[in-house]
Amino acid sequence: MMHVSLFLSFLIFGSTGGEIAITRGMKATGEPERLRPKELLRFLGKALCNGWFWAGVPLMALSFYALLVLLSWEPISFVIPASALSYVVGTFGAKYILGEEVSVARWTGVALVCLGVALVALG
Amino acid sequence: MATEGRLRVKTLVMVCAMVVCANAGDLLLKRAMLQIGAVKLSAAGLVHAFRMTVTSGTLWVGIFFLCGFMLSYMTVLSWADYSYVMPAGAFGYALLTFFAVVFLHEAVSARRWVGVVLICVGVLLVGQTKPRTTSVAREALA
Repeated sequence: MMHVSLFLSFLIFGSTGGEIAITRGMKATGEPERLRPKELLRFLGKALCNGWFWAGVPLMALSFYALLVLLSWEPISFVIPASALSYVVGTFGAKYILGEEVSVARWTGVALVCLGVALVALG
Repeated sequence: MATEGRLRVKTLVMVCAMVVCANAGDLLLKRAMLQIGAVKLSAAGLVHAFRMTVTSGTLWVGIFFLCGFMLSYMTVLSWADYSYVMPAGAFGYALLTFFAVVFLHEAVSARRWVGVVLICVGVLLVGQTKPRTTSVAREALA
């Protein structure tokens, strides 16, 4: 159980930290004009030149490996919903690091997600 | 108003692409890890697990879907809030639990189903909020 908790924390903090860094990189890259393959490739090329993107990659890699290990130990219907605890960590990150407005409705939604996750984890 | 509607529609499309790719990827990863077996936490066990994972075809197909997820995720984050996109993608949990029952024959209790429903209601609430609360640059494509 200790190992599962440890790898779950790698999964949650790795993915949240990585996603926040990537979000910062994507916001700096800017929105593509159209969702066409050529423009998406150009957008991807520009995003790959952003330092924030590359700051997020090792954290995402850590969380990916933790996911693989957890999937070898536990059922997918436990691992994936339990990793949703990252919604709380991520919402705090979005508010205090990315400066997003998190309304009461959004917080309520996140609270319901967390309650749902707790029920799922209890099985 | 039209701009807001357009923003919601394109955000929804990209979130759907994210959910489909992420679920297909996760399901294939689970199938690959079932074939490989439980990872042992020793140096030899980790090296063995690494060798088995890099030679697993199922795992690579899973990674292909996860790349599709990553591209749609990066694209949607260029215009929408992280605190909107992240929970909005959670409606895939219902789909994933359904897939786990149907394809992997996992047992899912009533309590776990209630949890999945609460997650979906939470996601719907988040979906009612504005997808973008911060300013965003438009990419210069000239």
